Amino acid sequence: MIKINDLHKSYKMGSSSLHVLKGINLDIEDGELVAIMGSSGSGKSTLLNILGMLDVLDEGTYELDSVLIEDLDETKAAKYRNKFLGFIFQSFNLINYKTALENVSLPLYYQGVNRKERQEKALRYLSSVGLADWATHLPSELSGGQKQRVAIARAMASEPKLLLADEPTGALDTTTSYEVMDLIQKINQEGKTILVVTHEEDIAQMCKRIVRLKDGVIVEDTKVDQVLAAQYVQ
Amino acid sequence: MNSLKIIFDRDTWQEIFGSIQKNKVRTIITIIGVLWGIFIYIALSGSANGLDNGFEREFENIAMNSMFVWAQRTSMPYDGFKTGRNPQLKLQDAQILKNNVPEIQFIAPRNTRGAFGGGGAQIVRGTKSGTYNIYGDFPEYTKIATKKIYNNGRFINQSDIDESRKVCVIGERTQKELFEEGEEPVGQFIRIDDIYFQVIGVHKFVPGGGFESDGDVFIPFATFRKLYNTGDDVDWFTIAAFDDVDVVAVEKNVKQTLKRIHRVDPRDERAFGSFNLGEVFNRIMGFARGMTFLSLVVGIATIIAGVIGIGNILLISVKERTKELGVRRALGATPSEVRMQIILESVFLTVVAGIFGIVLGAFVLAGINAGTANLEDFPYTNPTVPISFVLGALLIMVTLGTLIGLIPAQRAVSIKPIDALREE
Repeated sequence: MIKINDLHKSYKMGSSSLHVLKGINLDIEDGELVAIMGSSGSGKSTLLNILGMLDVLDEGTYELDSVLIEDLDETKAAKYRNKFLGFIFQSFNLINYKTALENVSLPLYYQGVNRKERQEKALRYLSSVGLADWATHLPSELSGGQKQRVAIARAMASEPKLLLADEPTGALDTTTSYEVMDLIQKINQEGKTILVVTHEEDIAQMCKRIVRLKDGVIVEDTKVDQVLAAQYVQ
Repeated sequence: MNSLKIIFDRDTWQEIFGSIQKNKVRTIITIIGVLWGIFIYIALSGSANGLDNGFEREFENIAMNSMFVWAQRTSMPYDGFKTGRNPQLKLQDAQILKNNVPEIQFIAPRNTRGAFGGGGAQIVRGTKSGTYNIYGDFPEYTKIATKKIYNNGRFINQSDIDESRKVCVIGERTQKELFEEGEEPVGQFIRIDDIYFQVIGVHKFVPGGGFESDGDVFIPFATFRKLYNTGDDVDWFTIAAFDDVDVVAVEKNVKQTLKRIHRVDPRDERAFGSFNLGEVFNRIMGFARGMTFLSLVVGIATIIAGVIGIGNILLISVKERTKELGVRRALGATPSEVRMQIILESVFLTVVAGIFGIVLGAFVLAGINAGTANLEDFPYTNPTVPISFVLGALLIMVTLGTLIGLIPAQRAVSIKPIDALREE
């Protein structure tokens, strides 16, 4: 699914330049659930941004679903994001004046799906995260966990190849975190490839593979025995 | 997606309504700027137009491009004549003038007793009598200065001239002073300087026509010359030029032709006098037109200020919505879709504000119209704005709205989604 070869990225900070990613090699197969761990400054967010085509790499190659991602202009990046990727953010990033249903149907709108189909599909994904009854509610009327589930439904709605979750449980309490992870695990079991950036060890243990970053290089890449979140959820 | 499809897509508008409704207060304040601009524009140009129409109404009883020409004293010796001669206008001058100055549409020679000093005519009916100004006229005169004749009556016609009929058109005051109340004057006889004349009409007096009054009596020119033994002499010519000609040039030509006929030095400025109503009218209409232009400039300037206000607010709004726009970009909105959305928001706000402003302006004009409708002596009629002005204003607003929307739109797409999302 993902093939990264010798990826470098540095940021210019005034006159000096900050070398954030120093040669990352990473292969991720279809259906994997990978945790990317690292302390702040390790480059994990930068890596996720590059994977999410929100940022461009300096050196190396990035292949997604056998498509070489290169020469990205904004329009092309937008199309790729829409086609390949679903984003889950720490702060949910729901549009606050749109209802849950409208939020979920937004990526479909940008895909050019017609209105009726969009509504149906959005409602289907909203039910799959157990929030069909909340379809007409605004984000401000939802709890944190519900918001994140709406965000997950939104990420799923465009039927992406890859889900990118940036600290998906960062703003949630432990119980809600596990609920969200349970949902992510279930989506993964259905065959979706998911990348989770986190700094919480227990969340990482719920993935199938942990990639640890330190100072811009991968220091550890291990398969783990997945801890099922379902056991913590009533 | 091409832009036309975006404009006619219901979803596009839903997106726009969504983001506009998000902040109602700001939207309303934004709208007020442009609303005020278009309101000022409509109210001002409508009022200016009312003034314009008012002046036009004031002058409706006289051809707007007419003039009077009369003879005075020569101030230069010429062709063997001494200075100080009084040239006498003749009836046949009219035909020569018409042949030589093709811009003349109508020419009416006129004679009078009483209008320019000297006694008027003594008019007697039974025991009542009075002195009134009397005019010898051709039917053409009514083509230049409209004479409203009351029911049952008529003005002098060609047969009256051909047969030198002893008929007359009297004024409202003449009627009041010579006839009993309720008495029908048409068909009755009155004595003008001891000759019996039959009354054929009563003219309605319209103020603003210069030296004429509500007591004037008009008789056929042919009858006048017999009555007063004036031969071919003419006191003055009333001339109307065609609608689209330069009246000043016509006036000049007429005077030059008269100088040639009467052997007056072409450089003699005093031999013939004239009063150019067309020129005066042009000056007044120029003033009215100036008002219209001024209101146009002020109105458009105010609209521009309002639209700039919209651009400013949208710029702030884009900054506030950085994160939302970032999310949209992450979900697959292309830069052109984001740009289009912001521009359409701008255009939509501008047009909505514009329509409200037009409606409000129309109400105010309707109010002014109602308030001035009964003011006879105030030159103000029908304050309206031509539909082309309204459409033009809307077009300007759409254009400006688009242009001003480009600035925040460009700002919106220049924000990288990654930066937008990082912002907490």
